[in-house]
Amino acid sequence: MCGIVGLHLRNPALYPRLGELLTGMLCEMSNRGSDSAGVAVYGDPGWTPPGRGCVSLLEVDGDTESISAAVSSVLGAPVQVTVLGDTHLLTADVDSAALLAAAKTAHPDALVAGFGADLAVLKGVGDPATLTRSWGLAGAQGWQGVGHTRMATESAVTPSGAHPYAVGPEQCLVHNGSFANHATIRRELRAAGVQFDSENDTEVGARFVAARLAEGRDVETALKDLCATFDGFYTLLVSNRDSFAVVRDAIACKPAVIAETADWVAMGSEYRALSGLPGVEHAAIWEPEPEVVYAWTR
Amino acid sequence: MDAVTEVTTFDLRTDSLRDVNAALHAPGLEGEFVIAHPAGAHNVAVGIDAPVKLTVEGHVGYYAAGMNQQAEVTIDGNAGTGVAENMMSGTVWVKGNASQSAGATAHGGLLVIEGNAAARCGISMKGVDIVVGGDVGHMSAFMAQAGRLVIRGDTGDALGDSVYEARIYLRGTAASLGADCVAKPMRPEHHEELGRLLKAAGFEHDDTGDYTRYGSARNLYHFHVDHAGSY
Repeated sequence: MCGIVGLHLRNPALYPRLGELLTGMLCEMSNRGSDSAGVAVYGDPGWTPPGRGCVSLLEVDGDTESISAAVSSVLGAPVQVTVLGDTHLLTADVDSAALLAAAKTAHPDALVAGFGADLAVLKGVGDPATLTRSWGLAGAQGWQGVGHTRMATESAVTPSGAHPYAVGPEQCLVHNGSFANHATIRRELRAAGVQFDSENDTEVGARFVAARLAEGRDVETALKDLCATFDGFYTLLVSNRDSFAVVRDAIACKPAVIAETADWVAMGSEYRALSGLPGVEHAAIWEPEPEVVYAWTR
Repeated sequence: MDAVTEVTTFDLRTDSLRDVNAALHAPGLEGEFVIAHPAGAHNVAVGIDAPVKLTVEGHVGYYAAGMNQQAEVTIDGNAGTGVAENMMSGTVWVKGNASQSAGATAHGGLLVIEGNAAARCGISMKGVDIVVGGDVGHMSAFMAQAGRLVIRGDTGDALGDSVYEARIYLRGTAASLGADCVAKPMRPEHHEELGRLLKAAGFEHDDTGDYTRYGSARNLYHFHVDHAGSY
């Protein structure tokens, strides 16, 4: 199964409630998969202060002082480290690419959960409700968030197997389903120089989309390329700093519901994930058609 | 003086779904019931076997009113996957839209969806009548064995793929027909049958002459020994 949720806020008056609303959506999807969970939050001013470079790391050894000292030393600028559950969130007054390079040099064995301005990616193994409490997600703010509850099928239950996959700058992908030909596509991407963190099928999709976006394609074209290249079952939610897109495979057996009001656009595996959103009783609610890319931009 | 019918109301914010469904399975049940605040819950009102009237006030999740017998169930909202799956008799009436596999494998009764139904509407239907006010998604009436599927709008790809003896009445356009599904002439008995179904679903003003009947070409029924190498 797996559950996916996403919330793209249009009304800034709701930004302070992003974490609270996302927590409710994610926890409602817990019984679609509760071995791991993850979220991406765009725009929390405390976690990811505006203008600073941001990198989220997992499986990094050491306390906050030693991690900060090691990355600061490579970077030549002070690095702030925030611990959110199993995730170490690093920020500095440099761009995210420079901070990421310094973090990889200082901690070559760490797992990069995500990077990019305004983006915090938090994930871990365990029950989604417990994880959201460990992150303090309910208190987070921002303009956009996505989340995933995992029932593992294609790779091990580890932090590297948890979604979201945030492998390009400010990008994030969550997936319900399974890709059948991911091993072939991973070999092709590896041959082209792309590095992987896991044997997970979704990571292949995320790296495929990131490679297309890096070549200058827009998200709609990248997702249509994905539909043409990948075999298997999928409902995907792909976010960027300013955008939010949904696509399903041609068979469309993996569920998806979209709801839209003047204040927000939301997507969930099931309607019940959206049932607590303010004004949902007046929302336009529909199921995305197979192989049609739905995208919204701030 | 008219008899006053007592309405029993359940509220899924406070009553557990298991308790509500158990109450609706009580022997000899009759009367009118309301389920408030379903909030997309799964399995609402499954397995009723009593001549009751039930209104669900809001959107429901998967398999709502599944296996229904005798009851008249109204869902005043949208329905998730598999609404009225395996219904045997009675009526399930969805005021909004329905997700995939509406009426799957249902043997009898009437399923009305006032809005659109998604993919695989009426998949493997075995005798149910389904009337959809709007469009249906791809692979609708896949392997449909018996019963009637009426679609007032258009359909997605592969309508009626591998259909057996179910009859499909379509007012709009099929994006494509599935294997062995063909258009067939509307004879007087088909106009009469379709008119009855439309009336039962509250669409009695439709002109049955606007509809096309689809069904099985019956080419998949038989094993062709000459083609044995292809199987």
